[in-house]
Amino acid sequence: MPNPTQNPKVGLFVTCLADMFRPSVAFATVKLLEAAGCKVEVPENQTCCGQPAYNSGDKATTADIARQTIEAFDGYEYIVGPSGSCIGMLHYYPDLFEENDPWKKRAEDLKSRAYEITQFLTDIVDFDRINAAFEGTITYHDSCSGLRQLGVKQQPRKLLSKVDNLTLNEMEEAETCCGFGGTFCVKYPDISNRMVSNKTQYISDSGATTLVGGDLGCLLNMAGKLKREGKQIQARHVVEILAGMTDTPAIGEAEYELANEL
Amino acid sequence: MQIKSPQFKENARIALHNVELQEALGQFKHGFPVNRANAIKRLPEFEDLRDEARDLKNHIIQNLDIYLEQFEDNVVKNGGHVHWCSTAEDANKAILDICKQVDAKTITKGKSMVSEETGLNEYLEANGVRPVETDLGEYILQLRDDHPSHIIAPAIHLNVNDVSETFHEHHKRPKTGDPQALMKEAREVLRKEFVSADVGLTGANFLVAETGSTIIVTNEGNGDLTQTLPKTHIVITSIEKVVPTLEDMSLFLRLLARSATGQEFTVYNTLSTGPKRDTDQDGPENFHVVLVDNGRSEMVGTEFQDMLRCIRCSSCMNHCPVYGAVGGHSYGWVYPGPMGSVLTPKMIGIDKAAHLPNASTSCGKCEEVCPVRIPLPKMMRHWREKEFEKHLTPKTVRFGIAGWAFFAKRPALYRWLARSSAWFMSTVAGKKGRIKKLPLAGGWTDWRDMPAPQGKTFMDQWKAASSAKQQAEK
Repeated sequence: MPNPTQNPKVGLFVTCLADMFRPSVAFATVKLLEAAGCKVEVPENQTCCGQPAYNSGDKATTADIARQTIEAFDGYEYIVGPSGSCIGMLHYYPDLFEENDPWKKRAEDLKSRAYEITQFLTDIVDFDRINAAFEGTITYHDSCSGLRQLGVKQQPRKLLSKVDNLTLNEMEEAETCCGFGGTFCVKYPDISNRMVSNKTQYISDSGATTLVGGDLGCLLNMAGKLKREGKQIQARHVVEILAGMTDTPAIGEAEYELANEL
Repeated sequence: MQIKSPQFKENARIALHNVELQEALGQFKHGFPVNRANAIKRLPEFEDLRDEARDLKNHIIQNLDIYLEQFEDNVVKNGGHVHWCSTAEDANKAILDICKQVDAKTITKGKSMVSEETGLNEYLEANGVRPVETDLGEYILQLRDDHPSHIIAPAIHLNVNDVSETFHEHHKRPKTGDPQALMKEAREVLRKEFVSADVGLTGANFLVAETGSTIIVTNEGNGDLTQTLPKTHIVITSIEKVVPTLEDMSLFLRLLARSATGQEFTVYNTLSTGPKRDTDQDGPENFHVVLVDNGRSEMVGTEFQDMLRCIRCSSCMNHCPVYGAVGGHSYGWVYPGPMGSVLTPKMIGIDKAAHLPNASTSCGKCEEVCPVRIPLPKMMRHWREKEFEKHLTPKTVRFGIAGWAFFAKRPALYRWLARSSAWFMSTVAGKKGRIKKLPLAGGWTDWRDMPAPQGKTFMDQWKAASSAKQQAEK
C-alpha cells in the first residue's frame, strides 16, 4: 500500500450540510477513508466551519468557532471533509489571529492537516483502488473554493476514471460559479438565479444524465434548479459515486423516483 | 455622477429583466475572456510576468512619494506643470483654472475613468467649458447623457440600434444600421472638434518617473489627436499609476493588453514628454499633469493597499459572473465589477456602497485572472468586516448570524438544531424528496426547489451505530 503513514488517524469534518441534508455523503467519505486504510473518528465537538460569520464580516464569532474546531481536532493526524468550501474555511483560520497569539500557531497546524476528500485520497494517501461501478454519463462541476483555494481539479477526475462503466462529459464553463455563494443566494436571489440558470443550461448541453460535484452547497443549488426546471438530470456528491453508494435517491429526489430509475 | 450604489438590488433587478442588456452581456462573455485565454497561451512566461508585476507594484507603493517627486521633477524639467490634487474637487478646479488661463471654450477628451471619478464633464459644463468625448464609446454615451458601464468598453451595454438612433437624433443624418457607416459619421463630426478644440485632455495608463512621461494606450487613435492638436494638453491621472522606468512600463504593457482585450499590444501606445520643443514641428505648447489622490494615499498601510496595484485592465469584470449577470450600471457608480466593489466603498463610503462587496459569491475568478494578483475576494471581505464593525450590516443579517452563532458555539445545541431542522424539512417534503415552497426561505424556493434532507442527521446515526457496536463488543 503506497501509504507513507500506516493507518493514519483521521478526524472526519462532517460539514453542516452533509450532517443535516445528506448523511450518506459523510458515510461514503468514511467508507473511502477506511478503504484507504485510515482509522476514522468523528469528533463530538465539531459544528460549523464558521463560514456564515466569516463572509458576513463577523471576525470575532468566526474566531470563537475556529478555536472550538481547532480543539475538537487536536490529536488527529489529518482532518478530512467532503467539501472544498468548508475545508477551505479551515485554511483561513490563521488569518483570524494576530501574529503573537498562540492560537495562530495552532490554526496553522490545523491548516497543514486539513484536506478535501478527493485531494486527500489522491495527493496524501495515493489511494486509487476504487471498487465501484456507475451506469451513465456524468458531468463534473468544479466548486470554486476547492478549485481555486485548494487546487482540486484533477483529483476527482482521476478517481472517477477508476469507476467502471462511467463516462465523463465535460460541460462548458465547468469552473464558473453556480451562484450559490452561501448567504449570497438568499441575499441576492435573482442574481443567483441568473447564474444557476446559466449553469443548468451548460449541464444539460453536456448530455450528461448525472451532475457530480464535491460540495453540497453547490449541488443543492443546482439540483434544486434542475428539479424546478423539470430537467431529468440527477445530482450526486462525488463520494457517493466513488464509494459505490448510489442506492439512495439522488439529491432532491424521492424513493419512488429511485424505483423508476431501477 | 449621481450615486446609485445604495439601490444596487433594484438596479440589478431591472438589469436582469432588460432583454437587450442580457443579450449584450451574453455576447460579451464570449469576447474578451476567450481572447485573453488565447493570448496567454501564446505567452508561456505570463505567470512569471504576473509575479514580477505584483512585486514591482508593491515596491512602487512602498516608495510612492519618491517616484512621484521624481516624476514631477522631470515633468518640470521638460517644461510642463504638475498639479497635486488631494480631492476630486481640487482636480476639477485645477483643470478649470487651466482652461480659464488659455480662455478655453471647448475641450476634447480622450477616455479617462479618473475624469469620471471626479465628475469633470458636469463640472466643466456648469462652468462654461464644453467637453467633447472623442473615444467612440464615450462619445456615444455623452450624446445619450449616459455613463460608462465598463472601464475599457464603456458602451458595452448598448447595441447598434441604440447607436443608430442616437446618431440620427444628434447628427440629423439619414439613419443607418451599418457599424462602419456609423463610425465614419462619428469620425467626420469629431474631426472638426479635434482641430478646433482649445484644450485636449487625456488620462494616462502609466507615468514614467525617470523621463517625466505619461502614456496612453488606445485602439482608436482619438487620444493622439486629442493630445497633439490643441495648444494645451492636460493629463488627468491618479498617483498609483507611476512606474520607475520605461523598462518597467513595458512590463505592464505586456500584461495590460493581454489581460484586457487579449491583444498582444494595444494599437496605439503614445508617450507624452512635456510640451512641444523648439525643434518639434507639432505638439501642445502647454503640458499639465493633474495628479489625483482622492483617497488613494489613505489606502497605503491598510488592508486595502494591494488594490493600488490595479492597472485598470478590466479582466476582473470581464470574468465576473455577477458582472456578467447584471452589467456595470447596476453597481451604481464609476467603477463596476470586483475592482469597483473594492474601490467604490473607499471613494463614496461603505455606508452607500455596502451592497457591492456583499454582492459576490467569493468565487475567486477575479483574483485568478488579475494580472497583478490582487486578492479581490479577500478585500471585499475586509469591507464586509468594516461594515460589520460600524454596525451597518442589515439587522436581519446581524440577528441571523447572532442566532446561528449561539448554536454553532454549543455543539450539543447545534446537534439539536440540525436534528429539528432535518426533521422539519423532511416532514414538509413528505415523500417527494424536495420542497416547492418553504416559509422564510423564499429567497431560495422562489427560484428553485429545496432538496429535502434524507432524514436523521449523520451525527445521530453515527452515534447510534457506535453505541450499537460498543454493545456488541461487550
